[in-house]
Amino acid sequence: MQLFTCILLGFLVVCAVSVSLSKNLLNSILIFMSYSLIMSIIWILLESPDLAITEAAVGAGVTSVLFFVTLKKIHAIMKDKEEEEGESHE
Amino acid sequence: MSKKLSEEQYRKTRSFQLKQWLDGTKDPFLDTVEMKPQEEFREDRTVIRERSEEKKRLLEKVYDLEHNAEMRIFQRIYRIFSVIFCVSLVLMLLIAVSNLPTVGAFERPVNNEVAKRYIEDGLDETGAVNIVTGMILDYRAFDTLGESHVLFIATCTVLILLRIDKKNSKDYMEANDRTHEPKNDIILQTVARILVPPIFIFGIYVILCGHLGPGGGFSGGAVIGAGLILYLNAFGFAKTERFFTEKIYKRMSFCALACYALAKSYSFYTGANHIESIIPLGTPGAILSSGLILILNICVGVVVAGTMYTFYAIFRKGGY
Repeated sequence: MQLFTCILLGFLVVCAVSVSLSKNLLNSILIFMSYSLIMSIIWILLESPDLAITEAAVGAGVTSVLFFVTLKKIHAIMKDKEEEEGESHE
Repeated sequence: MSKKLSEEQYRKTRSFQLKQWLDGTKDPFLDTVEMKPQEEFREDRTVIRERSEEKKRLLEKVYDLEHNAEMRIFQRIYRIFSVIFCVSLVLMLLIAVSNLPTVGAFERPVNNEVAKRYIEDGLDETGAVNIVTGMILDYRAFDTLGESHVLFIATCTVLILLRIDKKNSKDYMEANDRTHEPKNDIILQTVARILVPPIFIFGIYVILCGHLGPGGGFSGGAVIGAGLILYLNAFGFAKTERFFTEKIYKRMSFCALACYALAKSYSFYTGANHIESIIPLGTPGAILSSGLILILNICVGVVVAGTMYTFYAIFRKGGY
Protein backbone atom coordinates (compact mmCIF):
# COMPACT_ATOMS: atom_id res chain seq x y z
CA MET A 1 0.00 0.00 0.00
CA GLN A 2 2.88 2.34 0.81
CA LEU A 3 4.31 1.77 -2.68
CA PHE A 4 0.92 2.41 -4.29
CA THR A 5 0.57 5.70 -2.41
CA CYS A 6 4.08 6.75 -3.47
CA ILE A 7 3.30 6.00 -7.12
CA LEU A 8 0.07 8.00 -6.89
CA LEU A 9 1.85 10.94 -5.27
CA GLY A 10 4.49 10.80 -8.01
CA PHE A 11 1.74 10.91 -10.64
CA LEU A 12 0.20 13.85 -8.80
CA VAL A 13 3.42 15.87 -9.00
CA VAL A 14 3.91 14.97 -12.66
CA CYS A 15 0.34 16.02 -13.47
CA ALA A 16 0.62 19.28 -11.55
CA VAL A 17 3.82 20.24 -13.37
CA SER A 18 2.59 19.20 -16.80
CA VAL A 19 -0.65 21.20 -16.45
CA SER A 20 1.37 24.38 -16.35
CA LEU A 21 3.89 23.29 -18.98
CA SER A 22 1.40 22.03 -21.57
CA LYS A 23 1.06 24.39 -24.53
CA ASN A 24 -2.35 23.12 -25.62
CA LEU A 25 -5.14 24.37 -23.34
CA LEU A 26 -7.36 21.35 -24.05
CA ASN A 27 -4.56 18.99 -23.02
CA SER A 28 -3.92 20.88 -19.81
CA ILE A 29 -7.61 20.60 -18.86
CA LEU A 30 -7.54 16.85 -19.49
CA ILE A 31 -4.41 16.54 -17.35
CA PHE A 32 -6.10 18.62 -14.65
CA MET A 33 -9.03 16.20 -14.76
CA SER A 34 -6.70 13.24 -14.19
CA TYR A 35 -5.05 15.19 -11.38
CA SER A 36 -8.45 15.42 -9.65
CA LEU A 37 -9.09 11.70 -10.16
CA ILE A 38 -5.72 10.76 -8.62
CA MET A 39 -6.40 13.19 -5.80
CA SER A 40 -9.74 11.50 -5.07
CA ILE A 41 -8.03 8.08 -4.86
CA ILE A 42 -5.50 9.58 -2.47
CA TRP A 43 -8.35 10.96 -0.34
CA ILE A 44 -9.74 7.42 -0.05
CA LEU A 45 -6.30 6.13 0.97
CA LEU A 46 -6.16 8.90 3.58
CA GLU A 47 -9.47 7.53 4.94
CA SER A 48 -11.72 10.45 4.06
CA PRO A 49 -14.29 9.11 1.59
CA ASP A 50 -16.45 12.25 2.04
CA LEU A 51 -13.82 14.36 0.35
CA ALA A 52 -13.18 11.68 -2.27
CA ILE A 53 -16.79 11.80 -3.50
CA THR A 54 -16.78 15.59 -3.59
CA GLU A 55 -13.42 15.74 -5.35
CA ALA A 56 -14.54 13.23 -7.99
CA ALA A 57 -17.81 15.06 -8.65
CA VAL A 58 -16.62 18.66 -8.46
CA GLY A 59 -12.94 18.47 -9.42
CA ALA A 60 -13.07 15.88 -12.18
CA GLY A 61 -16.64 16.53 -13.32
CA VAL A 62 -18.15 19.96 -13.03
CA THR A 63 -14.98 22.10 -13.00
CA SER A 64 -13.57 20.46 -16.11
CA VAL A 65 -16.88 20.80 -17.94
CA LEU A 66 -17.00 24.50 -17.06
CA PHE A 67 -13.41 24.86 -18.32
CA PHE A 68 -14.37 23.14 -21.59
CA VAL A 69 -17.32 25.47 -22.08
CA THR A 70 -15.11 28.49 -21.38
CA LEU A 71 -12.54 27.29 -23.92
CA LYS A 72 -15.31 26.90 -26.45
CA LYS A 73 -16.67 30.37 -25.73
CA ILE A 74 -13.29 32.01 -26.28
CA HIS A 75 -12.87 29.88 -29.44
CA ALA A 76 -9.73 28.19 -28.15
CA ILE A 77 -10.86 24.75 -29.29
CA MET A 78 -12.43 25.77 -32.59
CA LYS A 79 -9.40 27.76 -33.70
CA ASP A 80 -7.06 24.78 -33.72
CA LYS A 81 -9.50 22.80 -35.81
CA GLU A 82 -9.87 25.58 -38.37
CA GLU A 83 -6.12 26.01 -38.65
CA GLU A 84 -5.64 22.30 -39.24
CA GLU A 85 -8.35 22.29 -41.86
CA GLY A 86 -6.77 25.30 -43.55
CA GLU A 87 -3.40 23.56 -43.68
CA SER A 88 -4.83 20.36 -45.05
CA HIS A 89 -6.66 22.25 -47.81
CA GLU A 90 -3.49 23.98 -48.85
CA MET B 1 -61.49 59.88 13.44
CA SER B 2 -59.23 60.89 10.60
CA LYS B 3 -60.22 63.58 8.21
CA LYS B 4 -61.12 62.60 4.70
CA LEU B 5 -59.00 64.46 2.13
CA SER B 6 -60.26 65.56 -1.22
CA GLU B 7 -58.54 64.29 -4.36
CA GLU B 8 -56.54 67.51 -4.91
CA GLN B 9 -55.39 67.74 -1.33
CA TYR B 10 -54.36 64.13 -1.41
CA ARG B 11 -52.24 64.73 -4.47
CA LYS B 12 -50.16 67.28 -2.54
CA THR B 13 -49.30 64.97 0.33
CA ARG B 14 -45.96 63.21 0.64
CA SER B 15 -47.52 59.79 0.88
CA PHE B 16 -49.00 60.19 -2.58
CA GLN B 17 -45.58 61.18 -3.97
CA LEU B 18 -43.98 58.20 -2.26
CA LYS B 19 -46.62 55.90 -3.69
CA GLN B 20 -46.07 57.29 -7.17
CA TRP B 21 -42.33 56.87 -6.82
CA LEU B 22 -42.71 53.28 -5.62
CA ASP B 23 -45.04 52.45 -8.49
CA GLY B 24 -42.63 54.00 -10.95
CA THR B 25 -45.31 56.26 -12.44
CA LYS B 26 -43.38 59.41 -11.58
CA ASP B 27 -39.67 60.13 -11.42
CA PRO B 28 -39.04 62.63 -8.60
CA PHE B 29 -36.07 64.13 -10.44
CA LEU B 30 -37.81 64.57 -13.75
CA ASP B 31 -38.64 68.22 -14.59
CA THR B 32 -37.09 69.42 -11.34
CA VAL B 33 -33.40 68.80 -11.96
CA GLU B 34 -31.64 70.34 -14.92
CA MET B 35 -30.54 67.60 -17.27
CA LYS B 36 -28.31 67.92 -20.31
CA PRO B 37 -27.65 65.19 -22.84
CA GLN B 38 -24.06 64.08 -22.60
CA GLU B 39 -21.81 65.07 -25.49
CA GLU B 40 -20.14 62.30 -27.37
CA PHE B 41 -16.40 62.04 -26.95
CA ARG B 42 -14.77 63.02 -30.23
CA GLU B 43 -11.18 63.51 -31.35
CA ASP B 44 -9.61 64.71 -34.54
CA ARG B 45 -7.59 62.23 -36.54
CA THR B 46 -4.54 64.46 -36.48
CA VAL B 47 -4.64 64.64 -32.69
CA ILE B 48 -4.82 60.85 -32.43
CA ARG B 49 -1.94 60.41 -34.86
CA GLU B 50 0.19 62.95 -33.06
CA ARG B 51 -0.39 61.29 -29.75
CA SER B 52 0.46 57.82 -31.00
CA GLU B 53 3.62 59.07 -32.66
CA GLU B 54 4.67 60.82 -29.52
CA LYS B 55 4.11 57.64 -27.56
CA LYS B 56 6.16 55.66 -30.05
CA ARG B 57 9.01 58.15 -29.87
CA LEU B 58 8.97 58.03 -26.08
CA LEU B 59 9.06 54.23 -26.04
CA GLU B 60 11.91 54.16 -28.53
CA LYS B 61 13.87 56.56 -26.43
CA VAL B 62 13.27 54.58 -23.24
CA TYR B 63 14.11 51.18 -24.70
CA ASP B 64 17.16 52.37 -26.63
CA LEU B 65 19.52 50.27 -24.56
CA GLU B 66 22.74 51.38 -26.22
CA HIS B 67 22.32 55.02 -25.23
CA ASN B 68 20.07 54.76 -22.20
CA ALA B 69 22.33 53.79 -19.33
CA GLU B 70 19.60 54.07 -16.70
CA MET B 71 17.45 51.48 -18.42
CA ARG B 72 20.39 49.09 -18.71
CA ILE B 73 21.19 49.37 -15.02
CA PHE B 74 17.53 49.04 -14.10
CA GLN B 75 17.14 45.86 -16.11
CA ARG B 76 20.21 44.30 -14.54
CA ILE B 77 19.12 45.21 -11.02
CA TYR B 78 15.60 44.01 -11.78
CA ARG B 79 16.85 40.58 -12.76
CA ILE B 80 19.10 40.26 -9.71
CA PHE B 81 16.36 41.38 -7.34
CA SER B 82 13.76 39.08 -8.84
CA VAL B 83 16.06 36.10 -8.37
CA ILE B 84 16.81 37.17 -4.80
CA PHE B 85 13.12 37.64 -4.08
CA CYS B 86 12.09 34.25 -5.44
CA VAL B 87 14.89 32.39 -3.63
CA SER B 88 14.15 34.12 -0.33
CA LEU B 89 10.41 33.39 -0.68
CA VAL B 90 11.10 29.71 -1.35
CA LEU B 91 13.52 29.58 1.59
CA MET B 92 11.02 31.24 3.91
CA LEU B 93 8.26 28.81 2.93
CA LEU B 94 10.59 25.81 3.31
CA ILE B 95 11.71 26.98 6.77
CA ALA B 96 8.08 27.48 7.80
CA VAL B 97 7.14 23.98 6.61
CA SER B 98 10.12 22.38 8.35
CA ASN B 99 9.14 24.06 11.63
CA LEU B 100 5.58 22.68 11.57
CA PRO B 101 4.86 20.06 14.26
CA THR B 102 5.00 16.54 12.91
CA VAL B 103 1.77 14.95 11.72
CA GLY B 104 -0.01 13.05 14.48
CA ALA B 105 2.24 14.32 17.28
CA PHE B 106 0.52 14.76 20.62
CA GLU B 107 1.52 18.38 21.18
CA ARG B 108 0.01 19.46 17.87
CA PRO B 109 -2.47 22.31 18.30
CA VAL B 110 -5.09 20.22 16.49
CA ASN B 111 -5.09 17.75 19.38
CA ASN B 112 -7.13 19.84 21.79
CA GLU B 113 -10.29 19.26 23.77
CA VAL B 114 -12.56 20.28 20.86
CA ALA B 115 -11.56 17.35 18.66
CA LYS B 116 -11.71 15.04 21.66
CA ARG B 117 -15.26 16.17 22.46
CA TYR B 118 -16.36 15.71 18.84
CA ILE B 119 -15.02 12.16 18.77
CA GLU B 120 -16.19 11.07 22.20
CA ASP B 121 -19.58 12.77 22.58
CA GLY B 122 -20.45 13.37 18.92
CA LEU B 123 -22.59 10.27 18.56
CA ASP B 124 -24.61 10.98 21.72
CA GLU B 125 -25.09 14.68 21.08
CA THR B 126 -25.87 14.72 17.37
CA GLY B 127 -27.02 11.14 16.77
CA ALA B 128 -25.03 10.96 13.53
CA VAL B 129 -22.88 7.88 12.97
CA ASN B 130 -20.73 9.83 10.51
CA ILE B 131 -18.82 12.22 12.78
CA VAL B 132 -17.86 14.50 9.89
CA THR B 133 -21.49 15.20 9.00
CA GLY B 134 -22.34 15.62 12.66
CA MET B 135 -19.61 18.23 12.90
CA ILE B 136 -20.48 20.08 9.69
CA LEU B 137 -24.25 20.16 10.15
CA ASP B 138 -24.59 20.30 13.91
CA TYR B 139 -21.64 21.82 15.74
CA ARG B 140 -20.66 24.06 12.83
CA ALA B 141 -23.99 24.38 11.04
CA PHE B 142 -23.66 28.15 10.91
CA ASP B 143 -20.60 27.83 8.63
CA THR B 144 -22.51 25.53 6.30
CA LEU B 145 -25.40 28.00 6.11
CA GLY B 146 -22.91 30.68 5.03
CA GLU B 147 -21.44 28.33 2.42
CA SER B 148 -24.85 27.63 0.92
CA HIS B 149 -25.54 31.35 0.74
CA VAL B 150 -22.17 31.92 -0.94
CA LEU B 151 -23.18 29.41 -3.63
CA PHE B 152 -26.55 31.09 -4.15
CA ILE B 153 -25.03 34.59 -4.33
CA ALA B 154 -22.36 33.34 -6.75
CA THR B 155 -25.08 32.04 -9.07
CA CYS B 156 -26.97 35.33 -8.87
CA THR B 157 -23.80 37.26 -9.70
CA VAL B 158 -22.96 35.05 -12.65
CA LEU B 159 -26.55 35.44 -13.82
CA ILE B 160 -26.19 39.23 -13.73
CA LEU B 161 -22.84 39.19 -15.51
CA LEU B 162 -23.52 36.62 -18.23
CA ARG B 163 -27.22 37.10 -18.78
CA ILE B 164 -28.34 37.77 -22.34
CA ASP B 165 -31.53 39.53 -23.25
CA LYS B 166 -33.71 37.29 -25.36
CA LYS B 167 -34.92 40.27 -27.39
CA ASN B 168 -31.41 40.74 -28.74
CA SER B 169 -31.52 37.72 -30.99
CA LYS B 170 -28.05 38.11 -32.51
CA ASP B 171 -26.26 37.83 -29.18
CA TYR B 172 -28.59 35.03 -28.24
CA MET B 173 -27.70 32.98 -31.30
CA GLU B 174 -24.00 33.64 -30.68
CA ALA B 175 -24.24 32.50 -27.08
CA ASN B 176 -26.44 29.49 -27.75
CA ASP B 177 -23.67 27.52 -29.40
CA ARG B 178 -25.65 24.31 -29.42
CA THR B 179 -27.06 25.40 -32.76
CA HIS B 180 -23.69 24.73 -34.38
CA GLU B 181 -23.28 21.30 -32.83
CA PRO B 182 -24.35 17.94 -34.15
CA LYS B 183 -27.66 17.22 -32.44
CA ASN B 184 -28.99 13.83 -31.39
CA ASP B 185 -25.61 12.19 -30.96
CA ILE B 186 -26.62 8.52 -30.68
CA ILE B 187 -23.59 7.38 -28.64
CA LEU B 188 -23.98 10.21 -26.15
CA GLN B 189 -27.73 9.73 -25.87
CA THR B 190 -27.50 5.98 -25.29
CA VAL B 191 -24.78 6.41 -22.68
CA ALA B 192 -26.78 9.15 -20.97
CA ARG B 193 -29.94 7.05 -21.01
CA ILE B 194 -28.10 4.24 -19.21
CA LEU B 195 -25.94 6.36 -16.88
CA VAL B 196 -28.17 9.23 -15.76
CA PRO B 197 -30.64 7.23 -13.59
CA PRO B 198 -27.89 5.47 -11.57
CA ILE B 199 -26.12 8.83 -11.14
CA PHE B 200 -29.30 10.42 -9.78
CA ILE B 201 -29.99 7.45 -7.49
CA PHE B 202 -26.41 7.49 -6.21
CA GLY B 203 -26.63 11.24 -5.55
CA ILE B 204 -29.91 10.85 -3.67
CA TYR B 205 -28.41 7.96 -1.68
CA VAL B 206 -25.35 10.03 -0.78
CA ILE B 207 -27.58 12.90 0.40
CA LEU B 208 -30.01 10.75 2.39
CA CYS B 209 -27.32 8.62 4.03
CA GLY B 210 -25.05 11.54 4.81
CA HIS B 211 -25.39 10.97 8.54
CA LEU B 212 -24.79 7.21 8.26
CA GLY B 213 -21.86 6.90 5.90
CA PRO B 214 -19.51 8.97 3.79
CA GLY B 215 -21.16 11.75 1.87
CA GLY B 216 -23.60 14.48 2.68
CA GLY B 217 -25.40 17.36 1.10
CA PHE B 218 -22.54 18.94 -0.78
CA SER B 219 -21.12 15.79 -2.39
CA GLY B 220 -24.54 14.35 -3.21
CA GLY B 221 -25.69 17.66 -4.68
CA ALA B 222 -22.55 17.84 -6.81
CA VAL B 223 -23.21 14.30 -8.11
CA ILE B 224 -26.81 15.16 -9.03
CA GLY B 225 -25.66 18.41 -10.66
CA ALA B 226 -23.12 16.51 -12.77
CA GLY B 227 -25.88 14.07 -13.79
CA LEU B 228 -28.13 16.98 -14.81
CA ILE B 229 -25.32 18.44 -16.93
CA LEU B 230 -24.82 15.09 -18.67
CA TYR B 231 -28.56 14.86 -19.38
CA LEU B 232 -28.58 18.43 -20.71
CA ASN B 233 -25.64 17.71 -23.01
CA ALA B 234 -27.27 14.63 -24.45
CA PHE B 235 -30.83 15.84 -24.95
CA GLY B 236 -30.64 19.62 -25.13
CA PHE B 237 -32.26 22.50 -23.34
CA ALA B 238 -35.77 21.76 -24.61
CA LYS B 239 -36.02 18.59 -22.51
CA THR B 240 -34.49 19.94 -19.32
CA GLU B 241 -36.59 23.09 -19.39
CA ARG B 242 -39.70 20.95 -19.02
CA PHE B 243 -38.81 20.36 -15.39
CA PHE B 244 -36.08 22.84 -14.51
CA THR B 245 -36.32 26.53 -15.32
CA GLU B 246 -34.89 29.67 -13.79
CA LYS B 247 -38.07 30.29 -11.82
CA ILE B 248 -38.01 26.78 -10.36
CA TYR B 249 -34.35 27.13 -9.48
CA LYS B 250 -34.94 30.41 -7.66
CA ARG B 251 -37.93 29.06 -5.74
CA MET B 252 -36.10 25.84 -4.90
CA SER B 253 -33.00 27.60 -3.63
CA PHE B 254 -35.01 30.12 -1.67
CA CYS B 255 -37.13 27.44 -0.02
CA ALA B 256 -34.08 25.30 0.81
CA LEU B 257 -32.14 28.22 2.29
CA ALA B 258 -35.14 29.45 4.27
CA CYS B 259 -35.83 25.94 5.55
CA TYR B 260 -32.19 25.57 6.59
CA ALA B 261 -32.15 28.94 8.35
CA LEU B 262 -35.44 28.24 10.18
CA ALA B 263 -34.46 24.73 11.28
CA LYS B 264 -31.07 25.87 12.45
CA SER B 265 -32.32 28.96 14.27
CA TYR B 266 -34.76 26.72 16.14
CA SER B 267 -31.98 24.41 17.25
CA PHE B 268 -29.71 27.34 18.13
CA TYR B 269 -32.52 28.88 20.18
CA THR B 270 -33.17 25.69 22.11
CA GLY B 271 -29.46 25.02 22.50
CA ALA B 272 -28.62 28.48 23.80
CA ASN B 273 -31.49 28.52 26.29
CA HIS B 274 -31.06 24.90 27.43
CA ILE B 275 -34.56 23.97 26.32
CA GLU B 276 -35.27 20.38 25.36
CA SER B 277 -35.64 20.18 21.59
CA ILE B 278 -38.86 18.52 20.41
CA ILE B 279 -37.03 16.81 17.56
CA PRO B 280 -35.91 13.36 18.73
CA LEU B 281 -32.41 12.16 17.97
CA GLY B 282 -33.63 8.63 17.23
CA THR B 283 -31.58 5.48 17.28
CA PRO B 284 -28.13 5.97 15.73
CA GLY B 285 -27.85 4.04 12.48
CA ALA B 286 -31.49 4.35 11.41
CA ILE B 287 -32.20 6.53 8.39
CA LEU B 288 -34.73 8.68 10.29
CA SER B 289 -32.37 9.64 13.06
CA SER B 290 -29.96 12.32 14.22
CA GLY B 291 -32.54 15.09 14.45
CA LEU B 292 -32.30 17.87 11.93
CA ILE B 293 -29.23 16.63 10.06
CA LEU B 294 -31.23 14.74 7.41
CA ILE B 295 -33.35 17.82 6.59
CA LEU B 296 -30.31 20.09 6.50
CA ASN B 297 -28.52 17.63 4.20
CA ILE B 298 -31.45 17.67 1.78
CA CYS B 299 -31.51 21.49 1.82
CA VAL B 300 -27.78 21.76 1.08
CA GLY B 301 -28.06 19.09 -1.61
CA VAL B 302 -30.88 20.94 -3.39
CA VAL B 303 -28.96 24.22 -3.37
CA VAL B 304 -25.71 22.65 -4.59
CA ALA B 305 -27.36 20.60 -7.37
CA GLY B 306 -29.28 23.61 -8.63
CA THR B 307 -26.19 25.80 -8.52
CA MET B 308 -24.04 23.36 -10.49
CA TYR B 309 -26.65 23.02 -13.21
CA THR B 310 -27.36 26.76 -13.31
CA PHE B 311 -23.68 27.63 -13.68
CA TYR B 312 -23.44 25.33 -16.66
CA ALA B 313 -26.67 26.59 -18.24
CA ILE B 314 -25.64 30.24 -17.90
CA PHE B 315 -22.17 29.58 -19.27
CA ARG B 316 -23.71 27.78 -22.18
CA LYS B 317 -26.61 29.97 -23.14
CA GLY B 318 -26.70 33.06 -20.96
CA GLY B 319 -29.78 32.08 -18.99
CA TYR B 320 -32.24 29.30 -19.25
